[in-house]
This record gives sequence, structure tokens and C-alpha cells, in this order.
Amino acid sequence: MSSHYESSYREPLILGDKSYHDITEDIARPIEGKANKNWYIAFYIALAAMLWGFGCIFYTVGTGIGVWGLNKNIGWAWDITNFVWWVGIGHAGTLISAVLLLFRQKWRMAINRSAEAMTIFAVFQAGLFPIIHMGRPWNAYWVLPIPNQFGPLWVNFNSPLLWDVFAISTYLSVSLVFWWTGLLPDFATIRDRAVKPFQKKIYALLSFGWSGRAKDWQRFEEVSLVLAGLATPLVLSVHTIVSFDFATSVNPGWHSTIFPPYFVAGAIFSGFAMVQTLLGVMRKVTNMEAYITRLHVEYMNIVIILTGGIVAVAYATEFFIAWYTGSPYENYTYLSFGAEAGAYGWAFWSLMIFNIIIPQILWIKKLRRSFIVSFLVSIAINIGMWFERFDIIAIVLSKGQLPSTWSRFEPTFVDVGIFIGTIGFFFVLFLLYARTFPVIPTAEIKTILKSSGENFKKLREENNEH
Amino acid sequence: MASNKKYWQSVDELKDGSIVETLRNKEFVQDIPTDEFLGDKETLENSSTSRRDFLKYVGFTTAAASLAACEGPVRKSIPYVVQPNDLIVGVADWYATTVADGFDFANVLVKTREGRPIQIMPNKEAGGVTNTRTQASVLSLYDEKLRVKEPRKGTSKISWEEADKEIIAKLESFKNTNQSVVLLTGTLASPSTEKVVQDFIAKYPNVKHVIYDAVSESASIEAFKAMYGKRALPNYDFSKAGVIASIGADILGDWQGGYEKSYTDGRKPETGKMSYHVQIESNMSLTGANADKRLVAKPSEQVYALINLYNTITGSNLASKKTTLDTEVKDLAKALRKAGSKGVVVTGLNDVNAQLITLAINKALQSEVIDTENVNLLRQGSDAQVMKFLSNLNSGKVKGVIAYNVNPAYSLTGFTEAIKKADLSVAISTQDDATANTTQYTLPAPHSLESWGDVMAVSGTYSLVQPTIAPLFNSRQIQDVLLKWSGSTKNYYDTLKEFWSTNVLNGASWNKALHDGFFKSNSSVEIVEGGEEETTEENEELVVDINKAGSALLATTKASDFELTLYTSTALGDGKQANNPWLQEFPDPITRASWDNYLTVSMADAKKLGFENPIKDNGAINGNYAKVTVNGTSVTVPVIIQPGQAIGSLGLALGYGRTQGLKEEMKVGVNAFPLYANRNNVQYNVSIENVGGTHKFACVQVQNTLAGRHDILREASLKEVNDKSLDPKHTWNKPFMVSYDHQEVEGSTIDLWADHNREIGHHFNLSIDLTSCTGCGACVVACHAENNVPVVGKHEVRVGRDMHWLRIDRYYSSTIEDKQYDEGVAMTMEEFKAQNPNLANQEVERRYTEKVLELSKGDLFDALENPAENPEVTFQPMMCQHCNHAPCETVCPVAATTHGRQGQNQMTYNRCVGTRYCANNCPYRVRRFNWFNYSENSEFDFNMNNDYGKMVLNPDVVVRGRGVMEKCSMCIQMTQATILKAKKEGRAVNKDEFQTACSQSCSTGAIVFGDVNNAEDTVTQLKEDRRAFHVLDYIGTKPNVVYQVKVRNTNEA
Repeated sequence: MSSHYESSYREPLILGDKSYHDITEDIARPIEGKANKNWYIAFYIALAAMLWGFGCIFYTVGTGIGVWGLNKNIGWAWDITNFVWWVGIGHAGTLISAVLLLFRQKWRMAINRSAEAMTIFAVFQAGLFPIIHMGRPWNAYWVLPIPNQFGPLWVNFNSPLLWDVFAISTYLSVSLVFWWTGLLPDFATIRDRAVKPFQKKIYALLSFGWSGRAKDWQRFEEVSLVLAGLATPLVLSVHTIVSFDFATSVNPGWHSTIFPPYFVAGAIFSGFAMVQTLLGVMRKVTNMEAYITRLHVEYMNIVIILTGGIVAVAYATEFFIAWYTGSPYENYTYLSFGAEAGAYGWAFWSLMIFNIIIPQILWIKKLRRSFIVSFLVSIAINIGMWFERFDIIAIVLSKGQLPSTWSRFEPTFVDVGIFIGTIGFFFVLFLLYARTFPVIPTAEIKTILKSSGENFKKLREENNEH
Repeated sequence: MASNKKYWQSVDELKDGSIVETLRNKEFVQDIPTDEFLGDKETLENSSTSRRDFLKYVGFTTAAASLAACEGPVRKSIPYVVQPNDLIVGVADWYATTVADGFDFANVLVKTREGRPIQIMPNKEAGGVTNTRTQASVLSLYDEKLRVKEPRKGTSKISWEEADKEIIAKLESFKNTNQSVVLLTGTLASPSTEKVVQDFIAKYPNVKHVIYDAVSESASIEAFKAMYGKRALPNYDFSKAGVIASIGADILGDWQGGYEKSYTDGRKPETGKMSYHVQIESNMSLTGANADKRLVAKPSEQVYALINLYNTITGSNLASKKTTLDTEVKDLAKALRKAGSKGVVVTGLNDVNAQLITLAINKALQSEVIDTENVNLLRQGSDAQVMKFLSNLNSGKVKGVIAYNVNPAYSLTGFTEAIKKADLSVAISTQDDATANTTQYTLPAPHSLESWGDVMAVSGTYSLVQPTIAPLFNSRQIQDVLLKWSGSTKNYYDTLKEFWSTNVLNGASWNKALHDGFFKSNSSVEIVEGGEEETTEENEELVVDINKAGSALLATTKASDFELTLYTSTALGDGKQANNPWLQEFPDPITRASWDNYLTVSMADAKKLGFENPIKDNGAINGNYAKVTVNGTSVTVPVIIQPGQAIGSLGLALGYGRTQGLKEEMKVGVNAFPLYANRNNVQYNVSIENVGGTHKFACVQVQNTLAGRHDILREASLKEVNDKSLDPKHTWNKPFMVSYDHQEVEGSTIDLWADHNREIGHHFNLSIDLTSCTGCGACVVACHAENNVPVVGKHEVRVGRDMHWLRIDRYYSSTIEDKQYDEGVAMTMEEFKAQNPNLANQEVERRYTEKVLELSKGDLFDALENPAENPEVTFQPMMCQHCNHAPCETVCPVAATTHGRQGQNQMTYNRCVGTRYCANNCPYRVRRFNWFNYSENSEFDFNMNNDYGKMVLNPDVVVRGRGVMEKCSMCIQMTQATILKAKKEGRAVNKDEFQTACSQSCSTGAIVFGDVNNAEDTVTQLKEDRRAFHVLDYIGTKPNVVYQVKVRNTNEA
């Protein structure tokens, strides 16, 4: 693919004096080596959180949704907040792997594997909530349009919740296939390097018998392109459909045509933030500093500034329009003076500070190239985006159209427990992934070594080859 | 009986006793060779039971045991072996009867299914009016916890025969020694029972009948007697009234039995005339909330206002004091004088002199509203007699007490100690209450749905009580008890029939009267009250000298910093049905708090004393406790800050705080009867202290105002409505308008959706007249009963999970006065009105708000969200609006909620997976989710958790399980039954034949149900009425529930 050499003025994407073999060694090291103490500590904390969350889920399913803090006026709160938050986080993966592939952004190669893994694990968490938030989750399969013997019963194609079912399941399956396809040559590398027979067997199965023939590579490239083409609309569709859950309703504050683009931008915003958070840690833990560089961080921060800007404009539009209508029903939507002055003023300001104000420091080049600043900002955005969804759901529902139905929501320990549980579950999966999967696409990144590797650039510089 | 028989296994055993000893020590007669087996390794190894076999057996037995354990619970349903001839399973029978428990009286129709009463509705032919408590009394019938089930002596069971024998012997001995015995009952208002009592007294002349009303109207009775010579209450027909002046009388509540029917009959805007109602009161009552003009005054000021009113109307010059209301009172007097005989004044001050002055005003007006001939007999208790009885009991003069269905041990201070001094104490009681637990004998009385009887509520109008179910417990009616003790061999049923044929029916048919439930007679039997002579003696000095009455009234009125008015709440009344979960869960129409009573304090006093009602993060309201002291008696009660409470006044509901025999969950509230000194509802010289603490209230509504959303609940003045030149659509009933093709058109004409085909079949609509709706809440309880709506308990209501399908929203008008004073902008709404006389009434509030905002630069949201100091109050019944374009229907992923052919929005519980999206998308928020299993769950130990309580369930409506959504169904089971009935009888459905539980229970006619495809149905006209509007019409949901604009008569003065 990379037939040309990159200008030496461009920063290298691979640092240090790396050879092809070094790359293989670097990426295979976490898989073939032993985990350190830190990994075990992190894993057990995540595992404990996950089990606690599962306990809370069993308690909910066994006793009733009443163990959550919901009430007659607020039918959703943390459940759907968490759902939308996790789906949003999942967004960056597809964008990085599919859209950036089509746009031939080479820098994506360092991060796309992990971003896609994050996507899939996040969608697992997201997918939990629509099921467990049901009053009767044992009947969850009723939302599938399967031929049944219940008489003339069919699903309701008018319902955005049904579209969600299709959107999320499509997204999960396409992402999974895309991810796995990319993994095939790398699994084969691990397989070929493995010395233990059991390990060899497993990776042989995972690599689907990759042989490394030219035909394999040709098909691999074709499939990648086709899947990228298929996945690109999903970047837009998934969160558009999630936003329909709100936009097609009649609640002031939800009923808003701006929601689809604004939700997609918000999702990419939060997804990149989560990638920053994860990679900020991972590059250190798995010694991938040579591959995940300041440049990668800066590029991602630029995407964050852009999408964050779109989100900020959307907030401003919502706020202005709510005020401009002059309708008393719009006085208390989640972006309004009423929300700012009301009981959820703290949530309103959390949203503003974490999502709008803090990310602005990334305009400063020095700061957006700082690992620690990027990490902290990404945490802030993760929190801010959670508040965005919480505000949309809880504030709007807490101020219904009839003032007699105004209410408030307070989470119970079960609400909190399930949320923590999904974070635990997510990290259990991610930590296992980091130990068993090649976290950087080995085969792909080798394609840019000569064009964008630091030592090769230096070499060319020395030889005056531009 | 323990038996001493011994059994031997064999003759040997009998002969040789040692074998018995051996057996006792050793379980197995022969040694079990365990050692032989387990000790010998070789045999063990050769044993045919291998390890695998062992595991197989273990596996099999475990599997078998767990399979056996998986068997579903067995539910017994027993079919009729021989079906009664006159009963068709699945078809309800209705019986006309009367509910009379001494506090609530109502002509009712009782719906029974397979022999079980399941619903009570007003008998409208008889003019029956049911309130929440009458509606709910059907559940008290099945109160297995509180009802007395067996006759008891002390704590041990006794048979009726033994009890009869022992008590008769005692009565005889008292008679022989001429010791006084008192028969203590509530107001019976039953002519035939009176006869039985008289016969009993004839047999035992030492017995005296004392009538004890827990909540007294004695002063009114005495005043009426002084003026008209009859111990009774005057009867009022407010439908004739032009001007109603009520000084603290809760005429829509429990005052003298309640008058909401005739009151609303006189306030139908479509007739062009409405009475002008001015309420002067301290607590915010249901009546005050409905008044055209509400003036706040603490009780002492009410007294002065009454005297001033009398002075102005009659031109007299009784001594009085100035009040802040003087100009308003003058205006009121003017209006009353103008109305003349159409004017009426009533007062709730339980003071003979105040009542006398009121009667005198009515006499001066020659009021035709007040009826002094056909008197009201619903309250007959005499405070003087009760107090005398108590002192005689204490001094030992009264040797025996027979209490019937009264609970003085709870409601009368000093009774519990006094009753111990009696030689004989008997409680004949439906409830195993505090009194029934202090007496020597406790005899079960049947519930009124299990009894025979009659009631004369207004002289000349007779009602019959007939049983609708065989007695559930071993009970006997008091009449039968007294007949037996009098030595009569007749039973009460025969006595009743005989009494009616000789005294009442005048040759008319008994069966017809029984069928109708009432009988109107021209001649009236004089009810002889117990010991009338004595009261006359005591009150001999009382002559109708109004001057004297005025000065006496002034002397007894001790204006003080804090004055307490005790009242009865809509939910519990005098507290008789405190163990009824429907009533406990019923939210008060004004405060919207359930499961509690509380001290109502004005906003200004709360600020002064530091009381707060913060809204917590879970949406619930908390409160502080106040220590209230009256005459040295203190109670500690939680405080609710009540807009419209007179400054310096306090309110507290009686009827709460009962504990004896109640379920744990029902033991809520504080008993206010200890403060009911001298049995007067007004107490002066009250001291109050903030003792802090945190009380958790269970309020179903926390936002008190409309927050500027005035099109939700539209109001107009009578003048506007009467002005036919005004087009309501452009003035007082503006629909939502949109611009379409550059023209302003009604929003409802623009539609995204295809209309449902309504050409054939029925199309149901429900009309709710906000003018006639008093907010009484009878419909809420009727809906509870009809639709098996679960009770969820105090905590769940507190966190906003009440299950009411039908609720009554209450809104206060908002203001910014506080802010205004803070900012030094002194202009009241009245002043603003005066400055802008041309503004339409509806506009005033909004414009005023804007104006003051401008002046004070105050916070818009505070201004709109907070109620005024003395707000106007509006009620809005809210249930599923059955939208033709329902937002809930489109969002359900599994199509569990769909549109019916007849206009209903239908909920299919079986299909629901519980996403709650429908509830979130319902702009009216009427959908209710089953957060838990509410039936057969010990966590929710209410009527659906025991076999008796479950008898009240309506078999036509499924009990919903956990995790599904539910909501108003427009009583589809009722409309289908009506259709089937008509079909079977081969006819079309009659005019207005369709009913729902709410429309049927509404005594004031505010809720009207019907088929708009039938041009004759009332609702068809109502739907097109000038006052008709849809709530939130701007969304375009096109509801099948239509509201009628609330009209106030604000222009007449």
C-alpha cells in the first residue's frame, strides 16, 4: 500500500530504531511473556466490580425494577444513560478503523485494534441495559421479529426501541467481523511463534488457517475495504437511531431535530476520549511508547476539539431555541434556564464544565501534545458525556409537561452497582484482550515502517532523499 | 382431651415391661450391623453398591426432590355444585342499600359478584352521594385483621349463648338495684333501631341511650333546638342559593354530612347562573378551594367577622372587633342582602352562640336555602350528655356500659380509665378497636353490608339497609342483640319489616322499597333521642336572645397568637376506617399527602418558626416536627406548610394515630383527639414549638403551581362564559393555533397521522367538568375498587410510585409576593387588577407576574413555581386520555399498547415487556409501572396479600404481575358488559347507558361518559361544548377525554 515515502518534515509515526522483527517482538511480548503484578491487581479489581454488578443485576431481575430509583414520572434514568454512554464510547472504534481507513490515515494503525476492541466491549455493556431495564427481561426476545405462535403478534416497526435492536446488533456483528478480519494475520504470527502446543492450537483456530499466501493478502485487503465501506454508514446510523429514542418522542427537550447529528458528534467525542484514556495507560503498561506517540495523541485531540465543538454548538442551539420559542413547556428542558436554576443545576454545570470548558485547553498545542493532560481531559470528557445523557434523560423526565408530574430521581445502590459492574466487565474484557491479542496490528504497522519510521526517515535525511 | 390409653404391640410386651424400656432406649429392635459392614474392608469392597451407583442414587434423588419442589402452588377454586337459581356466574348483581357507620351515610348500590360485594356506587335515584370512605367501605368489610370475629369475654372466646346469659343476668341485677346502664352508640338515624332501643329501655328502665359522635355537631343541634325547638340540624339546599357565605363550614367535606351535590347543582355555568360562594376560613378546606372568593381568617377573626356580618345585615349593633376583613365582610353582607332569600350563611364554628347568630342571619334573610322542617338527622350526638356520662362513669354512677360501634377509648379522653370502673362493659363492635379491647365483653357486629336496617337521613326520607353477603364472621346485629336481651323472640328482620309496614310504607310495597333502597314518605316518624328531657333542663337558660348570644360568643372567643382548627380529612374522616389501605393511600385533595396527618401552618408562620418542607433528591417531601400544646396537652406532629392557611392559625386532622388492631403499615399519623378539648373543633391559646427532626411525607405531587402553563387548566369567569358575544376560541378557551398556508388555523386540524375509522360501532369519550369537580376523590377510590389497583404503601408512595390510574391534580395559583416584598415592590395582585381594569381575568396573573418581574428583576422560576399566600385552587382529574394519536402506542417495541376500535388506548399486559418507554412518552404521565409484585407479596401486606382482602377483587379485571405497565382502560370491562347486555336483550344501547367507575361514582355529575357516535348521549354535546378543551392540545394527541373550562363566579359581588 505504501509505495511512496513520507516527507521528513512530517513527524514519524514509529519512533526509535525499529526493524520488522523488532515490531513483531514488541507486539508479541505481552502475549508471550508473564503478566506483572499491576496487571493482576487491575484485573482483580475489575473482576470484583464485575461480580458486584452481576449481583446487582440478579437482584434486579429477581425482585423487580423497583430496586432502582425510578418512579412513576421518571421511567428511565441510569439504565438508559449508561446504555447511551456505552454505545457512544463504542463509536470511535468504527470511525478509526473504517472511516480513517478509507481516508488512508496511516496514524490509525497504532490505535485501531484497541479502539475496535473497546468498541466491541463497550457495545457488550451497552447491550446489557436494554435487556435488564425491562420489567420482564425473560421476555426480551419478544422484541425480535421472529415467527411465533403467540397469534398475530409482531413487533412494532414504528418504535425507535425496535430500531435500536437492529442498529445495535448490526453494529456489533459488523464491528466484530471487521476486527477479527484484521486480527487474522497477527494471530497467525503468534501461532507461528508459539512454542507451547496448546497455545499454538488456540491461535491456529483463531487465525482461521491463515497461510500468508499472496491470495490471502489480496482477499484480506479486499475484505477490509468492503467492510470499511459497510461500516462507515454505521458510524452515522447507530447513534442517529439511538438519538431517535428521544427525538421521536413528544417530550420537550427530547423532541428535537438536531439530535441525530449532535448525538453522532457527541459519540465520536466520547469515543475518542475513551481511546485516549485506555491508550494513555496501555502504551505505558505494554511498552508501546514507540508506536503510540505524541503525534497520535495530538491527532486524536484534534478530532476531540472538532467533535467537541460540534457538541458545543448543538448545546447552544438547543439552549437558544428553547428560550426563543417562548413556550412555557420549554422552560425546563435539560438545556435551559430552568434546568440551570433548578434542582439539577449541578448536573447542568457538570455537563458544561466537563464537556465544553475543560476540552478548550486542547487548543494549546503544548497541552494537546502532553500525555498527562490528554489523559486528564479524556477522563473529564468521559464524565461530561455521561452527564449529557443523564441530563437529557433525568432532567427532561423530571419536568414533565403537566407540572403535577414533576419529580426527581435518586439512584439506589443497585443503580450505582450495575454501572460500576459494567465498568468492571469492560475492563475485565479489555485486560484479558491486552494479554492475549496483538494490541497493535502487527502486519499493518509494518507497512508504514519504512515510510514513517523514525530511523528510516533519519536514514533518508542523511542520504538527502526526500 | 388427653388420653391415657396405652397401646401394646403384643401380649409379650404387656407381660414383660422390660421390652418397653429396651424399645425406649433403642430405636431399632435388632442391631444394625454397621460395624460389621463398614469395619470389614473386604465386604465393603465386595459390596454391590459401587461408587458410581452411589452417585447415581444421589443424583436421582436430588433431581427427583428438586423436580417435586418445582411444582406450582395449588390454588383452590371451588365451583358451584348446585348453582343458585338467581345467580349467573360472571354477571354482577346490584343491590340497593345504605351505608351508615355513624359518620358517613349514603344511599348506595352494591355490586356483587358470585355473592361477594366488590364495589359501592351512589344510588343516584335516591339522591345518594358517596365520598371516598363510603366507596372504600367495601374493603373494610373484608378487613380480617381488625374485625371482631368471635364473641369474647376478656381475651377468651365465649359463645353467644353464654354471653347472652351472663349479660342478661347482669342487666337484670342492675335493673333490680336500679343501677344506671348506658347504651352508647353513634348517630344511628334509624327509626326501627330507635324502636328496638326504646323496647330495650322499656324492659330495662335503668338503661339510658347516649349518642356519641366522635366529631361533634352538638352546638348546631343545640342552637337549632333553641330556635326551632327540635334537636336536629337544619337541612340545606344549596342548589337554591344565590350567595353562599360560609364561615369555616366545610360544606363540601364532612360538615353536617356534606352537601356537595346540592352545592354543585347550584353551580352549573350552562344554566347561566352560579351561586356566588365566599368562604372565610383558616385551614385550606375542600370548600375553600372551590369557593369563588376565599378569605383567610383565624378562628377568632371568623367569630368577629360573623358578628360583623350579622350587624351589617340586620343593622344591629352587637359588640364585636375590627378585623382585616371588614371591607370584604361589608361587601359580602351587601351581596347577601341583595340575594335576599337566595342568600345563606353557614358556619363550622362548633359554638352554640355562633350557630345561633348564623341561624338569625338566615332568618333575617328569610333564606329559602335552609330547611327547618325536613331536618338533617345525620348528627344527633350531644356533648353535654357525653360529658355527663363520662363523669358519671368516673364517679361510679354508671354501672354498666354497652358500646356499639363507637371508639371512645380512642377518641374521648378519659374514657379508657373510666370504663374500668364499670361493673359491666360490653362492646358490640365491627372492629376490634381500642374500645373493644377495654371492655369485659366484645361481641362481633356485622358490617353494614352484612346487615339489615333502615336510615332516615332527612326527616321523611327513608332508606333501607340490606345484607349483600352472608356474615363473614360469627356476628350478630345490635338490634338482634337488644331484642334478645329484651326477651323478645322476634328477630330484627321481622321487626324491621313490621315497623315499616305499620309506620313507613303506608300500604306501599316492601319489595319495591327494598329494591329501590329508599322510600319517600309524607309523614315522618319522630325520632326520639335518648334522654331529651335532660338536655332541655340543662339548657333551659338558653333563650334566643341574639344580643346575649353575641356577647357570650365574644366572651368565649380568646384571640391568641395561635389558634387551632381541628378538621376531618377527606381520606379518613373520623378515623373509623383507619385500617383501610385504599383510604390510607388516598392522597389528600389539598396537600396531596397520603398515609399521614400533619399540622398545617401558614407560609409566614413557617418562616417565623423555621419550618421547612424540602424536596429531597428522590422527589419526596420532608418536614419538621412541631410540638403543639392545648390546655397542657401536647402532641408532636409533622408540619406541612399550607398556602392559604390563615396566619396565626393551625390545622390538624382528626382520625389518625389509631394503633389498636391495625396493621403495622396503617399505624400512621398522630391522634389529635386529645386536643379536642370540650369537643370543640376550635382551640384558642395554642402554643407551638419547632422541635426539629425529620418527618418523611408521602406526597403524590410536589410541584404546586402550573408554572405558567395556563392552557393545561383553563379558567374563565361566569361573566365571560355568559357573554354569548364572545367567541370562546378567541377569548377564554383559546385552542392551540398554528400557521398553515400562511393562515392561522387550529392545531387540531393539522395532522401527521391518518385518522382512525370511527364510522361504525361505539366511540367512547369522557367529559370532565372542572367546574363541577370538587376534588372529593370518590372517583379515585371507585377506580381502585373497579380495576384492582394495588396499594403500595407509604414508602413507595413517597418515592413516587403510587399506582392510581386516576389522580386529581391540584394546582395553586402562583405569585411572586415574597420576592416582591424583598425587593420593596409593594403591589398585590388586587392592586394590579385595579390598575388594569380592562385586562381579562386570565391575563391578569400572567401580566402581573411579568410586571412584578420587571419591577423586582426577580427570578422567573421562583415566581412561577411557588404558590401564592392565599392561592386560588383548581382541581384536575387526570387519567389516561385515550389519545386518538397516542404517543405511547408508537414507541412500544412489542406493540403491547394499541388503539381500540372504540377509541380506547388499550394496554395488553401479557405482551408488555416493561421498557417503560410508553410512560416516558406519555405527556400526561398516567401510566403506572409494576415495580414489584404487589399481590401475594408479604412486602406489600395489603388487601391483595390475604384471602379475605382478595375477595374484593373484581374478577373481570386481571391482577397485574411484576414488570408490566398498566393504566386506565376506560373501564372496558364495564362497556363490554353494557354492550353484551343490550345485545342479549336485543336492543340498542340506551342513552347514557355506558358508564365507567369514575363517571358512576361522581355524585356531582362532573364526569360524564358515553358514546359520541350516539347523538343522544350527553357526552356528544359536551364534546362540542363552548367550554370543551383538550389538555396539551398543542401536541396533537387528540384525546378522547375532554375537559370543560373551570368557571368561577368572580364578577358577582
